[in-house]
Amino acid sequence: MADPRPSMRIGPFDPNARPKIVGARVQRLEDPRLLAGAGRYTADIKLPNMAHVAFLRSDRAHARIARIDRAAARTLPGVVGVYVAADLYEFVTPPRAASKTAGFVSTPVLPLADGKVRHVGEPVVAVVANSRHIAEDAAALIDLVLEPLPAAVDPEAAAQDGAPLLHEAEGTNVLVDRTLGRGDIDAAFASAAATVGGRYRMTRKSPSPIEARACVADWDGGRRALTLHSATQVPGIIRDTICEVFNLPGNRVRVLAPDVGGAFGSKGCLYPDEMVACALSIMLGRPIKWVSDRLEDLVGTYQAFDEHVEAHLALDGEGRILGVRAEAIGDVGAYSIYPWTAAMEPVQVISFLPGPYRMPAYHARTRAVATPKTPMGAYRGVGRPMAAFVMERLIDLGARKLGIDPLEMRRRNLVQPHEFPYKTGSGIVWNRAGFTESLEAAVKHIGYDALRAAQEKAREQGRMVGIGLACYAELTGIGSRIAVAPGAPINTGIESATIRIDATGSVVAAFGIASHGQGLETTLAQVVAEELGCRIEDVEVLHGDSTLVAHGTGTYASRSTILAGGAATLAARAVRKNVLHVAAQLMEVAEADLEMADGRVFVAGTDKALPLREVARTFYQDVSRLPKEVREDYELEATRSFDPYFGTTAAATHIAVVEVDPVTWGVTVLRYVVAEDCGRIINPMIVEGQVHGGVAQGVGVALLEEVVHDADGQILSASLVDYLLPTAVEIPAMDVLHVESENPDNLTGFRGMGEGGTIGAPAAIANAVADALAPLDVDVTTLPLTPERIFRLVEAAKAARRTT
Amino acid sequence: MNRTVTIGLTVNGNPVERAVEPRLHLADFLREELHLTGTHIGCEHGVCGACTVLMNGDSVRACLTFAVQADGAEITTVEGLGRVDDLSPLQQAFREHHALQCGFCTPGMLMTALDMIRKQIPPTQAAVRDALSGNLCRCTGYQFIVDAVVAVLAANVDTKEGDG
Repeated sequence: MADPRPSMRIGPFDPNARPKIVGARVQRLEDPRLLAGAGRYTADIKLPNMAHVAFLRSDRAHARIARIDRAAARTLPGVVGVYVAADLYEFVTPPRAASKTAGFVSTPVLPLADGKVRHVGEPVVAVVANSRHIAEDAAALIDLVLEPLPAAVDPEAAAQDGAPLLHEAEGTNVLVDRTLGRGDIDAAFASAAATVGGRYRMTRKSPSPIEARACVADWDGGRRALTLHSATQVPGIIRDTICEVFNLPGNRVRVLAPDVGGAFGSKGCLYPDEMVACALSIMLGRPIKWVSDRLEDLVGTYQAFDEHVEAHLALDGEGRILGVRAEAIGDVGAYSIYPWTAAMEPVQVISFLPGPYRMPAYHARTRAVATPKTPMGAYRGVGRPMAAFVMERLIDLGARKLGIDPLEMRRRNLVQPHEFPYKTGSGIVWNRAGFTESLEAAVKHIGYDALRAAQEKAREQGRMVGIGLACYAELTGIGSRIAVAPGAPINTGIESATIRIDATGSVVAAFGIASHGQGLETTLAQVVAEELGCRIEDVEVLHGDSTLVAHGTGTYASRSTILAGGAATLAARAVRKNVLHVAAQLMEVAEADLEMADGRVFVAGTDKALPLREVARTFYQDVSRLPKEVREDYELEATRSFDPYFGTTAAATHIAVVEVDPVTWGVTVLRYVVAEDCGRIINPMIVEGQVHGGVAQGVGVALLEEVVHDADGQILSASLVDYLLPTAVEIPAMDVLHVESENPDNLTGFRGMGEGGTIGAPAAIANAVADALAPLDVDVTTLPLTPERIFRLVEAAKAARRTT
Repeated sequence: MNRTVTIGLTVNGNPVERAVEPRLHLADFLREELHLTGTHIGCEHGVCGACTVLMNGDSVRACLTFAVQADGAEITTVEGLGRVDDLSPLQQAFREHHALQCGFCTPGMLMTALDMIRKQIPPTQAAVRDALSGNLCRCTGYQFIVDAVVAVLAANVDTKEGDG
């Protein structure tokens, strides 16, 4: 069988000079335990004397808490206590997500609603009992009276002067209002040969990892120390925050993320329930466990991608971009998330909207508007899926208007290889990446011209087949020079690694990142084994524990291979140097003559060798063989940090082929090709898995997933029967092509790629559906493209034709 | 509420007897009473399939099955397949094909795949995708899971999974 996933390289990576471990399809080290049902997820944790908490949540969007009668709940046998916000303030100081962004309006993160509720699903009362069953029974006995308050559910209404306020003390619902751009945008439009535009909408999504969120707080009254086990991506951030919220020193707080069952951004911030569990554990002196059920997850876990964008594109007569104008509103829900703030998603939309294209003039405004809905947080791609959807629709609209093929439009406008580094209209700098190379690789692989010919034939037969292209670039592995979240007071630009060879000769590599499905236990072990010169099976990667490194913020924003992989490279090189120094003394040879590979130190070209195990054992145990000075001055251990300073550019082209059913108006994805450039690849198998998963989530965004609210802010999609996740039937087989471009600006040559699939897929599928429906004069502006939505678009187009 | 019912069943070949509340579902029974935490709970309303186990040889949702309904039944969970250091051919195929990422849906995927193997469905992408449509995975995009199951079906592996 021909390999459906061929590789192409534009970098200098000589396969012969290529190391054996980095770049290999290594089977994952984490797999055996997960396959045998022996993984340990937060919900699996049982501690002695543990109690369980269940929440009574608001069933109103915006309401005054008029009464909470706890008497009946308290008397149920097995109930430990029933708590409201005021009961917790002795222990908890609610944090506020802050930002240096001008005019930023801050909101708190409350452990429980206080005085009023601000969204359906907001926790109001915490019930602690000896079992979860009893806690839920008791929650059902609480008499909670909520008096509805006026609410502006629509973000454009909420942004108006005089709209009902969610946070009265702040005097506005507009939490962020920011503009950016460059060039003379009015002149660009005035001189344009053609302009196109539209109002685009990506409806609200729920990240929905299959493991819902969970935590277990365990206060040790004797040591006055708190351990929080949490299904989180960011144990270091949670540790730092818990210290402030509970006024505890860092050496008394440990945050552990055990096996985590997917996250996709949704487990990347502090949640109210984590504060509640900690407060109750301190108050009661017992471990407190909370496990979200799916219904809680669909109303309580932070949601995503809820934006409205009006955008216009100005083109010259040859289809070259003169300028783009965009106005975005992010419906950020009831509170800023901590620590990233409500600015993150809406600002990223306009920061990344110019995409991989040359654009002399750009002007964009974005507002983050508070509404009585679940807060909007991070979800795979953060802002960029919306940005790519808008930009790629504009490119296709422009192509159509000027009669240019969509492929040719992209060829004319992509930043060309000689133009790097290229500063976009929003100020982001793209370093050399395979923009054009990924486009050409995808086009060649899918056989674009033949595909267009086949589409013509299908159209003649009355079939609605469409081809959609999407190109994007993303900034990954962001260093200290750039903020992951605009203005957030947190250094996301650095990660550390500690590598230690112990007295048995085995290698431990400890990190501040936290793997939750990405396979970092394997890829980081590959990097360590490669750089140190040991066998991959000798490396134990430790992560997901705030005590492992002094500072680390976790895994998010396609950063971990770059930052942790960079730190691992530096630390491994430092340890290797010391191993060789020690071995040179033991072997009585010059250090320069020594090499290390496969866990052996050897003199090149001879059979003189010493196992690493033996070097370590002698170094630590055999005091007679090494002078005291060597044993004191050299360590078989090193901690190093890596800051990529700016970040690395990753890019891809997606091509989707779809068919729309003329009876059901359902969309079938017939083919899907991704050509991606994530630089030097550590493990192609894992990269392909990440692309597949990202595209699958993008298919959900494009065709299925939609959090629906009614006019009162009630959530109508609070089960997986109503909120549709893609299954194996809706997701197509995919071909993934690797364009490994060199990146001399970065230590390792790695580029981030965890999020990319979700950035490209909604745009590619939207363009493909629009292309399929083009003969019907239908424009695609809102995702997901459900059968009902397509039916209504087609009917509206028919009605419009009848009236003209 | 505290009334209990005594049930007896076989789990992964081991006889088990417990007094349980009638409202206790099978997934909670396996996880809380028997400490078999390999069976995961993803939605508790029968959509995601993470809790899939075999009951008398057929795949069932352990979250939609009461423990008392399993009285007298033979249950196979993921712990009844291969061990960490001795994976079954199906588990090994999942590893070779990179058919898991976070691992949370994986036990349910394996048990559903085992059901397909026992029922000898055709080793085609379409048949496997259709048979997997009751199991949600948020990480993999399904392709490598489908590849792994098709490979095992095609090899017509007759192993200990066949008589689970």
